[in-house]
Amino acid sequence: MWQALRNELHPKGFELVAVGLDTLGDAGCRAFIEAAKPEHPSLIDRHHVLADLFGVINIPSSVWIDEHGMIVRPAETAPVPPHDPAARARPGTPADMPQRFVEIMAEAAKVKRDTLEYHAALRDWVEHGAASRFALSPDAVVERSRPRDSAKALGHAHFRLATQLEVDGHHAAAIRHFREAHRLVPDSWTFRRQAWSLEQFGDGPFARLIQGPTSDHPEAWPYEGDWLKDVRESGAENYYERWKP
Amino acid sequence: MLLRSLHIPRSDFEAGTGWKLKPEGACQGDICIPLSKAAGETIDVASVAEDIGMPLAAEPEHGLWALGPASIGSRTLASAAAPDLRLPDLDGKEFSLSSLRGQKVLLYAWAPY
Repeated sequence: MWQALRNELHPKGFELVAVGLDTLGDAGCRAFIEAAKPEHPSLIDRHHVLADLFGVINIPSSVWIDEHGMIVRPAETAPVPPHDPAARARPGTPADMPQRFVEIMAEAAKVKRDTLEYHAALRDWVEHGAASRFALSPDAVVERSRPRDSAKALGHAHFRLATQLEVDGHHAAAIRHFREAHRLVPDSWTFRRQAWSLEQFGDGPFARLIQGPTSDHPEAWPYEGDWLKDVRESGAENYYERWKP
Repeated sequence: MLLRSLHIPRSDFEAGTGWKLKPEGACQGDICIPLSKAAGETIDVASVAEDIGMPLAAEPEHGLWALGPASIGSRTLASAAAPDLRLPDLDGKEFSLSSLRGQKVLLYAWAPY
């Protein structure tokens, strides 16, 4: 999705590093990466180290890093570039869209993104570097980075156990630690969406996006929340924090 | 950091957490935290983790533990210096973020779900 913008800005000393946050690793990410044919680095993060190191709590998110390796904008929502018709496309064709997915799409349509402001700021930074007003000072970067107390840090440790248990094939044990992570880090959408996406019922392009109970066996859903329920409770318009200059 | 034992070589602890264990304590950048027990070649993870304020989560049934990140200053970032991120690409080849010094980098997190 970002390939065209990256190619435009690359001659100005800009590089994009895409990181797929998915415990399923290659199996989850490969089809999307191969479809995007990236010329930039495209990496796999099975254990969400981007959450530990940079405070990523939702996707898509970005961190801006300058030529000297200094973060100039900490993790924040990164809307896909404007006017990209491929932006919403996913592999696979909807044969019969499940009812729950129709409802998810209706909520997703209400999600607000500050696309134009974000991308104007990005171009300004690539052009003007440290002189750009969107490049924050080191103190402002630290101050604006995600709050994290000891309870949240413990939640990250539980999430790390959960992803390892999932990789090792201990799904039931993984659920226990995902639940602890959700309780301790309630502001992370990625911690929830990752866990929900591993509860797949059936195959097809929607299997990982339903992220909620089936109408046949709602009692089998192992989590307190699900995508539709949590988005409705918090309000779809609040799904992404508003972008601040 | 994932652990399969609570007693690990010092080099593993240092590589996994980014903290260097020195005579004056556990150090990262300009920050040094004194340790209650001097660190030898084998690290008692539970003790050091408590000193640094890193939470430890346990799954003893499967022989797994995990250390959460230190929460210095109650923020994710203790400094604006980007931590060195090392992750594999689709071919399993490790990529280091620091290899892009000299360019502006947009680190972009996405997911297929």
